[in-house]
Parts: sequence; C-alpha cells; structure tokens
Amino acid sequence: MVQRKTLEIWVGLFVVAGLLGIAMLAFRVGNLTVADVSNGYPVMARFDNIGGLKVKSAVTMAGVRIGRVASITFDSERYQAIVTMNIDGRYDKIPTDTSAAILTSGLLGEQYVSLEPGGAEQYVKAGDTLRLTQSAVVLEKLIGQFLFSKAAETPGNEKPPAPSR
Amino acid sequence: MNLIRDLGAGVIESVERLGRASVFFYEVIAGAGPLFRRFFLITQQIYAIGVLTLLIIMVSGLFVGMVLGLQGYNTLVRFGAEDSLGLLVALSLVRELGPVVTALLFAGRAGSALTAEIGLMKATEQLAGMEMMAVNPLTRVIAPRLIGGIVAMPLLAALFSAVGVLGGHVVGVGLLGVDAGSFWSQMQGGVDFYDDIVNGVIKSFAFGVTVTWIAVFEGYDAVPTSEGVASATNRTVVYSSLAVLALDFVLTALTLGEV
Repeated sequence: MVQRKTLEIWVGLFVVAGLLGIAMLAFRVGNLTVADVSNGYPVMARFDNIGGLKVKSAVTMAGVRIGRVASITFDSERYQAIVTMNIDGRYDKIPTDTSAAILTSGLLGEQYVSLEPGGAEQYVKAGDTLRLTQSAVVLEKLIGQFLFSKAAETPGNEKPPAPSR
Repeated sequence: MNLIRDLGAGVIESVERLGRASVFFYEVIAGAGPLFRRFFLITQQIYAIGVLTLLIIMVSGLFVGMVLGLQGYNTLVRFGAEDSLGLLVALSLVRELGPVVTALLFAGRAGSALTAEIGLMKATEQLAGMEMMAVNPLTRVIAPRLIGGIVAMPLLAALFSAVGVLGGHVVGVGLLGVDAGSFWSQMQGGVDFYDDIVNGVIKSFAFGVTVTWIAVFEGYDAVPTSEGVASATNRTVVYSSLAVLALDFVLTALTLGEV
C-alpha cells in the first residue's frame, strides 16, 4: 500500500496534469487564445444574396479581421438578408460610406465580409446600417452569364462555333 | 417452443438488470453525501483508477497521434493540403478518438479491475460483513470508486488528446517536414473551443459515467463465486465497450446535428 502522503501527491499531480492537458487543448490547439471581438458594437448591412456566409464568419478590413458576423436574418418585405456584424470596439473609426462585400478566401475557401472604407467624415455608430453592399458571387450564375455572353457573341447565332478548340 | 421461452426470459432478465442498475446508480449517488467528509477515500480511488491508468493512456495517445500524422499526411499530400495536417490530427483526436479510445482503454484497464475487486469483496463476504457493522457498502465501497472514475476519465481523455497532438506534431513536422507554423495556425483556426473541445470533454465525462457505472454494477451484482466474478469482469469489458461506441454515435449525431 502506498503511503497516504505520496498517494495524495500523485493524485494531485494527476489532476494538475489533466487540467494542463485541457488548458493546452484550449489555448494551443483551440482558438481560445485569439482574443475574439472585445466590447464590440453591432453594425448592420443588407445584402441581396449572402451566398454561403455563416454566423461567426470573419469581417475583415484590409485583410485584417476586425469582427465577426453575429447574426443573419431575412427581411421578408424587401427580400434581402440582414447581416449583423459585431465589430471590435478598438476599430471605431469606420466611415459611414464604407462598403461591404462578401468575398471568398481562395477558390473554395470560406466566405467572409470585407469592408472597404469610404471617405466620409462621420464614423459608423452602434446599430448603423451600411448602405453600399455587394452580394456574394454565386459561381453558377457567373457560369450562366458567361455562357449567355458567349452565345450572344456568335454572329447570327445560326452556326455553332467550329469545334476546333 | 423452448427457444421462444428462452428469448422471453432473456428479455425480461435484461430489462430487470437495467432497472436494478438504475436503482443502484440512484442509491449510490444519493448515499454519497457523507463521503465528502472523508475525501481521502475518493483520492485513493482516483489514484487507483486514474494515476495507474495514466501510463497506458499517454503511450497509446502518442502512438495514435503519430499514426494519424502519418496516415493523414499520405492522404492530404495528394491534394496538396498537407498544411492542414495539424487540423486533421487535432479534430480527430479532440472530437472522436480521444474520448472513445480513452474510454475503451479505461474499460479494459480500470473497469475490469473495479469489477474484479468488488466482485471478490462480495464473494469473500466483505460487503456482507460491512453491512453487519452498520456500514453501508454503497457509500463506503461503491461511491468512492464511481466518483473516482467519473473524475479521472475526462482528465485522462484530455491528456490522451494533448499527447496525441504532440505525437502528430513529432511525425508531421519532425519527420515529414510539414511547416510548424501552418501546422499550429491551421489547427487553431479550425478547432473551436466550444464546439470541439468542450464537446470532447462532455463526451469523455459521459463515457466516464457509463464505464464506471457498468463496472461497479457488474461487480456488485456478480454471482459470488470465482466463476461469477470472472464472467462479470468479462461482461464489464464487453458491455462498456459497446455502450461507449453506441453512446458516441448518439452524442456525435446530437452535436453535429445543430451545426
């Protein structure tokens, strides 16, 4: 039988090691270490189409993440999506005529909101809505447009293009 | 005709055992109150269940992580995505392999020992002797083991995952030449604290309850002969492994469903 004292020390070490394991998972493996949006303020934007944007997607300016998408709702009167973004309180000098666009990181990456600053003197406050928005690019629509413009280019539309290519 | 009769008897028997196990669980938890004044009893069990299982858990975690690194690299490199190796290793470990493999090892190492110990206590009438001395064996013997197992299991699973990630790092970065920076940053970008890590801890907690519960119940319910103890130990390992795998499916379906 192990001495009571040594036994307690071992159990203490075990518990400490286990907690350290959880801490390592949380801070080193997980993303708890990246101080997420702190005392953020909400800014709204209306989009005709948000594509694959999700809650917690990044909101970036000049490529730097300055906030996250807090919620996405649907306006049933104007048939638009209302994206509420939670912008970090440190970045409180965003001009009111800033435009928001939904872009994709890489060809198949996640979608995020990119803000392009305008030139206005006033800065957006909590609860403001950004007027200038650009919807997500839907690949199928793009391909459809491309095909239509190709078809329109063909003179007279009588003959299919030569199958040389 | 006999077959049908046996089938019915088997079903009734299992339902009855399930009921007994539930009542037993309730009685153990309800009677565990006085235990906190004698905390050393629990400490002793955490030592026997947790500390002594630590070595096998860490060694297995290291090797599982290394295999994941090797296997994942070979698949990912085909798509030129070997930078995501860290993410693959961490997510598989934290969400699935950590809790499940730990619970299986835990059932084999600690669960079987618990059943054999309690079953032998019953066979040698130590439990009956305690009752004669007006000591409730559920409080004195069963409850510390149950609590010890429930405390130890999440810690063991967390250590398994942590060591596994390090093992994946050793193979991926050390041997196969994945960039260390992207290994960690991809991991941190893709592993969510609440969705993945807390989820894994909840899972391992649920497995800890299940495995320890089955182990102490099988021991307490064993036929008090050497044969009975042997078959109870056997049942502990089989039932708790099956229960862990089935429960894992349910828990995964529950948590993935809402994303």
